Amino acid sequence: MTALFEVDHLQKAFGGLNVTRDVSLALGKGDRVALIGPNGAGKTTFVNLVTGHLRPDFGQVLMGGEDISRFNPMRRVRAGLVRSFQVTRLFGEMTPEEHVALAILQRQGKSGRMAGSSQAMPDVMRETYEILETLNLTALGRVPVSEIAYGQQRLLEIALALALRPKVLLLDEPAAGVPHSDTFLIENALAQLPADLAVLMIEHDMDLVFRFAKRVIVLAAGEIIFDGLPVDATNDLRVREAYLGGYANGSAA
Amino acid sequence: MQTFFSIGVDALAYGMILFVISIGLSVTMGLMRVINLAHGAFAMIGGYIASYAARDLGLGYGLAIVIAVLGTIIIAVPLERFLYRRIYGAPELTQVLMTIGITFCVIGLANYVFGPTLKTIPLPAGLQGPVDIGFRTIAAHKLFAIGCGVVVALGLWYLIERTSFGVKLRASVDNTAMAAALGVRTKIVYAASFALAVGLAAFGGVIGAELLPVEPYYALRYMVTFLVVVSVGGAGSIPGALIACLLLGAIDTTGRYLVPEYGEFFFYLAVIAIVWVFPRGLMGRAK
Amino acid sequence: MSAGVSVTAIPAQTRGWQRDLIGISVILIAALAGYFLFPNNLALLTRMIAIMLLVLSLDLVTGYCGVATLGHAALFGSGAYAAGIAAAHFGITEPITMIAIGAIGGALAGLISGVVILRGHGLAQLVLSIAIIHLFHEAANKASEYTGGSDGLSGISPDPILGVFEFDLWGRTAYVFGIVLLLLVFILLRILVRSPFGMLCRGIRQDPVRVSAMGASVKLTLIKMYAISGLVAGVGGAFNAVSTQVVGLDSLSFTNSAEALVMLVLGGVGSLYGALIGTIAFIWIEDLVSAANPFHWLTIVGALLIAVVLFAPKGLYGTAATFVERYRRGAK
Repeated sequence: MTALFEVDHLQKAFGGLNVTRDVSLALGKGDRVALIGPNGAGKTTFVNLVTGHLRPDFGQVLMGGEDISRFNPMRRVRAGLVRSFQVTRLFGEMTPEEHVALAILQRQGKSGRMAGSSQAMPDVMRETYEILETLNLTALGRVPVSEIAYGQQRLLEIALALALRPKVLLLDEPAAGVPHSDTFLIENALAQLPADLAVLMIEHDMDLVFRFAKRVIVLAAGEIIFDGLPVDATNDLRVREAYLGGYANGSAA
Repeated sequence: MQTFFSIGVDALAYGMILFVISIGLSVTMGLMRVINLAHGAFAMIGGYIASYAARDLGLGYGLAIVIAVLGTIIIAVPLERFLYRRIYGAPELTQVLMTIGITFCVIGLANYVFGPTLKTIPLPAGLQGPVDIGFRTIAAHKLFAIGCGVVVALGLWYLIERTSFGVKLRASVDNTAMAAALGVRTKIVYAASFALAVGLAAFGGVIGAELLPVEPYYALRYMVTFLVVVSVGGAGSIPGALIACLLLGAIDTTGRYLVPEYGEFFFYLAVIAIVWVFPRGLMGRAK
Repeated sequence: MSAGVSVTAIPAQTRGWQRDLIGISVILIAALAGYFLFPNNLALLTRMIAIMLLVLSLDLVTGYCGVATLGHAALFGSGAYAAGIAAAHFGITEPITMIAIGAIGGALAGLISGVVILRGHGLAQLVLSIAIIHLFHEAANKASEYTGGSDGLSGISPDPILGVFEFDLWGRTAYVFGIVLLLLVFILLRILVRSPFGMLCRGIRQDPVRVSAMGASVKLTLIKMYAISGLVAGVGGAFNAVSTQVVGLDSLSFTNSAEALVMLVLGGVGSLYGALIGTIAFIWIEDLVSAANPFHWLTIVGALLIAVVLFAPKGLYGTAATFVERYRRGAK
């Protein structure tokens, strides 16, 4: 059986520096995988290779067995591979309602319509508020995004990803920039993601990683040094060496 | 062969004058990231001042150049202080509007003060007439323009690569915040570079007056020409600007000689083609 | 929950349409006032209408999509020449057909401009836009057989509208025709900017990367908008040809492009009302100043621009709207 999402022997070098070395991984339906690694491990490059913002020197990215390596970022989204951004990218003057409605319209292929309005489409509005409700954003539906708190903007990022109904969701540090006291909001949101969606989360917050992920992949110096259960990651010698150090020792003790 | 040679000389002279005028624009754009549409207006102001000094006051050519350069800088410094500083880091549209506003003002005032007619800057005897270079003769003022271009290019290279001001300038171009943190007074660097850019523009406006005649609409007529040099050459790159100037000089001059009835049609077509092929400039840094 | 949604959604929508109705009524009242207060100045008011269409068209790409261009007159002038050439050389003198031909001409020019200008970003984009307008200008100048070159294209004599309303010496028919066209375009554009497509364009202005991460094509959307913008500018140009019965090279000039941008900024970028108000204010000032001292016109435009950038970056309409908004919030 072919995996839902597969990265096959991906390689990328800048100048003489190998930033991504022979990275392979696969995700199936409903997977919850965290990709972690110390600074400079090549996580950002990996995200850019997968989303199509960079071209790999070698290797493939596959969705349901189809090679999407030559697709531009836009076509990858249409193929069901959706990402969120590490630093929030939203439309400051628009409301959460408009954001989500636009994403839904785009998914339905109606974003090019030159007449009518999203507010006059009951099905779009219903779905918009269902999604906003899931993320506790309903009350802010009509407030311009530039006026809402950063933590809630992060939630809206997730809302947008949900509205696109992806098959694979790439979450690039969903809790980045959110005050620690508000991380639970993000966590609640992640818990609500559809069960059959495959999620690959890149994250620094280890508590979040260990609560969310059923599987952890560790990237160090451009290559995968561990792929397995979170529990085993903390006991893996190479992982400890490369990265986890204090945390692993602490929990082992 | 004769035509080919004259086109070559004219193209070289024209390209060098473009270079002298535009290089300042390139440096300031690389440094301050301001799209300055008014740069040509400063070249024009230089031309007017020199014309006034040489023709109406009867001063010598060299002195007229010095007065033009200094005069233009004196006019430009308050503009930098009160108008340009407001738009550093502003959105593109704001910069375009502000600088085109300045251009319109300068054109209107020039028209009012000096009238709509062409202004000449009388050349000294040494630059009039042809010079024999062995197998051909060349108009002396064109040779002078080419020489000036070479001197400016070398001088700038020395200034930027070999002096402490150059070090500060390069640091500020690369990373303004970091340069400021290291104690470079970036505001001063900005103001000094702006003055240098304007001075060079005025200088180019004077020595180029034979090829780019001084009249009120000068600032609009050559606006795209100067901008395209920066766009094609890449902001902040001296070699890039030099190549772009020689290329554009060659295209424009060839067009004028071979298909004059089409006016500037082929020049603009070439501009579009070049920018189309190199949307980030020949030597532009990937951003 | 869904019941609550529909309750909040519907009033907001009707409020939008009510505002549009008010806007349309204001335009109509202003049009009537112009007709009766300045019966000897109808030619100026008619020119205002043509330029309003150009500025509305520019607002679509600059205000709604965030593309800074100094070459937008290419779309307007193409519309004017398309209609003018159709009338002067091919005997198509039915005014509504001429407007349609102008719209198509404008849309084609919009398509070409869009494809070229969107190739670059920042400075390159600006350079391309300036080069485009000069290129169109030079081409029209060279093709003097069709365009009349620098003498302008004359010999345009449109038929009566619908075979009934003849173009009179006082320009009354032209004025009313213009108002009808303007209202029609305005209503269609209100629909457009509020549509999903309009929302997508606003998104592109604010963050193109986010839009492409939603799976939408930024470039294709912008090119579509450019074609629509060309349609609108083309109608304006064609209307100018119909009402003045000549087309001059200045309709394809850099100055015309730059002035359109000034009008838009003066009124307020990104709002259709701003485009209309800016045009009226600009042409009115132009008329006053050039009557008093034609030499200083360009100086005044320049000073006006600098003043708007420094003191009212949102333009007349935007600044007024902010004041009203603040007042309302304060009242609550």
